[in-house]
Amino acid sequence: MMNSSGVAIEARGLTVVRGSRTVLKGLDFTVEPGRITGLLGPSGCGKSTLMRAVAGTQAKVTGTLEVLGSPAGHPALRPRIGYVTQAPSVYTDLTVRQNLDYFAAILQPGRRHREDRRAAVTRAITEVDLSSHAGDLAGTLSGGQRTRVSLAVALLGTPELLVLDEPTVGLDPVLRRDLWNLFHSLAADRGTTLLVSSHVMDEAERCHRLLLMREGAILADDTPEALRRGAGTDTVEEAFLHLVDAAATRQENAR
Amino acid sequence: MSTTTTGTPPLSAARTLATAGRVLRQLTHDPRTVALLLLIPVLMITLLRYVFDGSPQTFDSIGASLLGIFPLITMFLVTSIATLRERTSGTLERLLAMPLGKGDLIAGYALAFGAVAIVQSLLATALSVWALGLDVTGSPWLLLLVALLDALLGTALGLFVSAFAASEFQAVQFMPAVIFPQLLLCGLFIARDRMAPVLEAISNVLPMSYAVDGMNEVLHHTEITGHFIRDVVIVAGCALLVLGLGAATLRRRTT
Repeated sequence: MMNSSGVAIEARGLTVVRGSRTVLKGLDFTVEPGRITGLLGPSGCGKSTLMRAVAGTQAKVTGTLEVLGSPAGHPALRPRIGYVTQAPSVYTDLTVRQNLDYFAAILQPGRRHREDRRAAVTRAITEVDLSSHAGDLAGTLSGGQRTRVSLAVALLGTPELLVLDEPTVGLDPVLRRDLWNLFHSLAADRGTTLLVSSHVMDEAERCHRLLLMREGAILADDTPEALRRGAGTDTVEEAFLHLVDAAATRQENAR
Repeated sequence: MSTTTTGTPPLSAARTLATAGRVLRQLTHDPRTVALLLLIPVLMITLLRYVFDGSPQTFDSIGASLLGIFPLITMFLVTSIATLRERTSGTLERLLAMPLGKGDLIAGYALAFGAVAIVQSLLATALSVWALGLDVTGSPWLLLLVALLDALLGTALGLFVSAFAASEFQAVQFMPAVIFPQLLLCGLFIARDRMAPVLEAISNVLPMSYAVDGMNEVLHHTEITGHFIRDVVIVAGCALLVLGLGAATLRRRTT
C-alpha cells in the first residue's frame, strides 16, 4: 500500500511549470498515512496546482512525486484517490442521487455491484448531510450544498487518499464543524489519508499536520502545536505571518 | 470495496452504458431541448413540403437529403455544447481522474445521442414518407440507416471541435465553420459534378457529400446499390475516424 518509508505522499524536487511561470519550485515534503494534512497559504501560492499534481491531472510535473507507493497519475491510483476540485464538479442537470449513481457506476461498474453501489451512494449522501436533498437537481442547490455533492462523489468507493481543494469554502460554521468531524472520523476509523487545502487559518488547528505554502515554496512542515511554539505565537495565523516576515528578512539579508 | 487496481481498460461496456444513461438522464431534465430536437426536423420537413408544393420532384430530392442533414447538424450542436460543458464544469477532469476509459466517455456520448437521433429520424422519416408524400423508391429503413450514421458523424464532429472551443460562443461558431461549407458542397443545391472542378474535388473529400449521395441512392433505386454501400461505409468510417480524433483531444493531464 504505502511505500517502504511508510508515507502516503512523498515529493522530492517537485516542480510544476504552467505557461511561463514556475508555480511549484522544487518542493520536498511527505504526507503521513491516516492523518489530516492541511495545505495552507494565500490564494495563488500554488495549493491547487500541488493538489492537481497529487491527483495526477497536472501536466508538466518534474521531480519525484510518489502517491500511495506509485508515481502520481499512475492508472492504478485512479480508484484509490478521491479528488475534489475547488469548483464543484458535478452535473447541475442531474439530481444529487443521479450524480452519485453515475460516478459510483464508474468506480464499481456492472450489474452485480448494484446493491453495493446503492449502499455506497446512500452512505455518501448521509455523510455530507444531504439526505433531504437527494432528489433535488444539483443546479438548484446552494453553492455550499453543491460543494458537498462534489465531496460526496469523492467519498464513494472508500478512497485511501482524499485530496480536497478548499472543501469548506462558503459553508456556515455548523456545517464546517460537521465536515471537519467527518474528516477526523475518516482518518481515525477508515485510516484515510486526507490532504486538505484552505486559506482560512483557523482551520489549521483542526489538522494533524500542516504544510504552509507561499509563492510556490513550502515555508513550514510541522504540527500546529510545534508551529505555534516555534514562532512563540498563540495561533497558526500569527505563526504563518511570523514565518513570512522571517523569510522576507532572510531574502533582504541575502541581497 | 475493492475495485481492481490493474488500471483502466480502454473500453468497458458497463461504464459506457452508465455514461450513455447519464447523458440521457440529463436530457430528461431538459424537456424543452428534447422537444426542440424532435420537433424541429418534423416542422422543417413539413415547411419544405409546402414550399415545393408545385414541384414534388424537388421536394423528393431535397427532402431526402435533409432527412440526412438534420441529424448531423442537431447532433453536432448538442454534442459540442454538451462536451464543452463537461470540459468547463470540471466533470471531465474528475472523470479522467477516475477509472474511466476515454473510449467509454466517447462511446457513451455516441450511444446516447445515437439513440436520440433514431427517434428524431424515425419521426421525420415516417412523417415524410407517409404524410407528406415523399416518394422514395428504396426502403425507408435505408434512409433511417443513413440518418443514424449522419447523426454519429455529427456527434463525432461536435466532440472533436469542442476541444478547440473555450466558450459556448466559440462552440456555436464552429457550426457555420464546419457544417456550412459541407452543406453548400454536398450536392443539396446543385449536383456536385456541375460545380467548379476545384469545388467538386473538395466535395469529394467531405463526408456530408456521401451522406447526401447515399440518401439519393435510396431515393432512386429499389435495391441496395454498390454506390449506396460505398457511401454508407465512407460516412461510418469518417464518423469512427473523427471519434478517434475526439478521444485524442481528451487529456488526463492538463496544463
